[in-house]
Amino acid sequence: MIKHETIEKNIGIMILLIIIVISGGGLAEIVPLFFQSSTTKPIEGLRTYSALEFEGRDIYIREGCNVCHSQMIRPFRAETERYGHFSTANEQVWEHPFLWGSKRTGPDLARVGGRYSDDWHRAHLYNPRDVVPESKMPAYPWLFENKLTGKDTAKKLEAQRSVGVPFTDEQIAGAQDAVQGKHEIDALVAYLQSLGKLHSEYNNKR
Amino acid sequence: MSAFWSAWVTVITLAVILGCTWLLLATRKSQPHQETTEETLGHEFDGIAEYDNPLPKWWFQMFIGTVVFGLCYLVLYPGLGNYQGLLGWTSHNQWEEEIQHAEEVYKPVFAKYASLPTEELLKPENAGGLKMGQRMFANNCSLCHGSAATGAHGFPNLTDNDWLYGGDPKTIKTTITNGRVGGMPPWGAVLGEEGVRDVAHYVLSLSGAESDSEAAERGKGQFQALCTACHGADAKGLPILGAPNLTDNTWLYGGSFENIAHTIRNGRAGVMPAHKDLLSEDKINLITAYVYSLSNK
Repeated sequence: MIKHETIEKNIGIMILLIIIVISGGGLAEIVPLFFQSSTTKPIEGLRTYSALEFEGRDIYIREGCNVCHSQMIRPFRAETERYGHFSTANEQVWEHPFLWGSKRTGPDLARVGGRYSDDWHRAHLYNPRDVVPESKMPAYPWLFENKLTGKDTAKKLEAQRSVGVPFTDEQIAGAQDAVQGKHEIDALVAYLQSLGKLHSEYNNKR
Repeated sequence: MSAFWSAWVTVITLAVILGCTWLLLATRKSQPHQETTEETLGHEFDGIAEYDNPLPKWWFQMFIGTVVFGLCYLVLYPGLGNYQGLLGWTSHNQWEEEIQHAEEVYKPVFAKYASLPTEELLKPENAGGLKMGQRMFANNCSLCHGSAATGAHGFPNLTDNDWLYGGDPKTIKTTITNGRVGGMPPWGAVLGEEGVRDVAHYVLSLSGAESDSEAAERGKGQFQALCTACHGADAKGLPILGAPNLTDNTWLYGGSFENIAHTIRNGRAGVMPAHKDLLSEDKINLITAYVYSLSNK
């Protein structure tokens, strides 16, 4: 039998044994998910983002919205009562990267689409305290000044397509025109209004 | 999960648990001493040597404990591929149980108020229902209308008994259920900047605010040509369209000259989102009662 001392003094063997030990969890818990229909097959009727919504998603990532807002409704009544149907993996198969988040300083946004008006989102993002005096969310006034050029939008959609998101040729060809000249706020609000609205499989009535 | 992946998960999970157990027992067995001694492993760095002692007993027993716990867990709960576990637990049926439990608790409470007309809910003996309405207002409505329902710029104050679409219970309920889309068109292109300012002066004069009377006189004609269709000949508004009364001193988008000119120039399209797909009718009823109560104490 290999002695304690032998392993301690042979870094190669130690690395190999460590890899064997730590791979057990990943092999049993992660790898099978790559091959399950519940995690790889999109939910019925799922649509892709529009070019504008997709740019909004990038702004959402850039501003770090996912640091304070999750997009993952857990299967507890307390959550489904407030946010709507719990999130499922097949809603997220075209999310690269997914934005589940890990912490809620603000509320979950997985199904925020349609809950508030565009005007509300604009007022709220310009200065949250204008509409919610108790809010501690930061203000994002520069979104109302910065304009999208759309010069990389088509490339971004192509990159998404290369990992399996079915953006069509027309969407990619029209991507730049669809976003050019729009303010960043328009894109972000379009994205927020799309959350939970990319399919209509679930009843979110509470 | 296919049979292959089920077997994959099962074999790896059990192999890891058993492997750890074997490692623990095998190293313990090959240990030269079973008791704590002063003996070291024989190497020394900077005067620091390593004792050659067995694992502490409490640590060893705790490890065995976790193995036993793990195995019991895998018998009771789903963890081994397609095996459902003796308890039949899933996150989905746990959620359904919670929902069912809540139904049992809250359904009679909602039922008690569901049959009552709004006016009835305002009576002191039904204060509980109104309290529920208030809480649901806080959860669902306060982001736009404010936690005290006093509104914000562009979001109506619900406490002042001044209504765009009407303030009777039926209309309030319709507004919550189906939402509203305001439709003030932009007049900047039609009126030109001069015209916008003239009409703004006239609108100011309607509520007796300070305005340039000469400009207001010029704006009056244009107001009558373009604005009366929605705001009415007397400018008192038209609830069926949600067109506001311009003769009072309540302003949804601000009543300063610049605010009014902006509204005329660019139009407004305030949206109240529909809640029919979000809230059940029972809940909408209680929220309606709460909103109604704010201006009908």
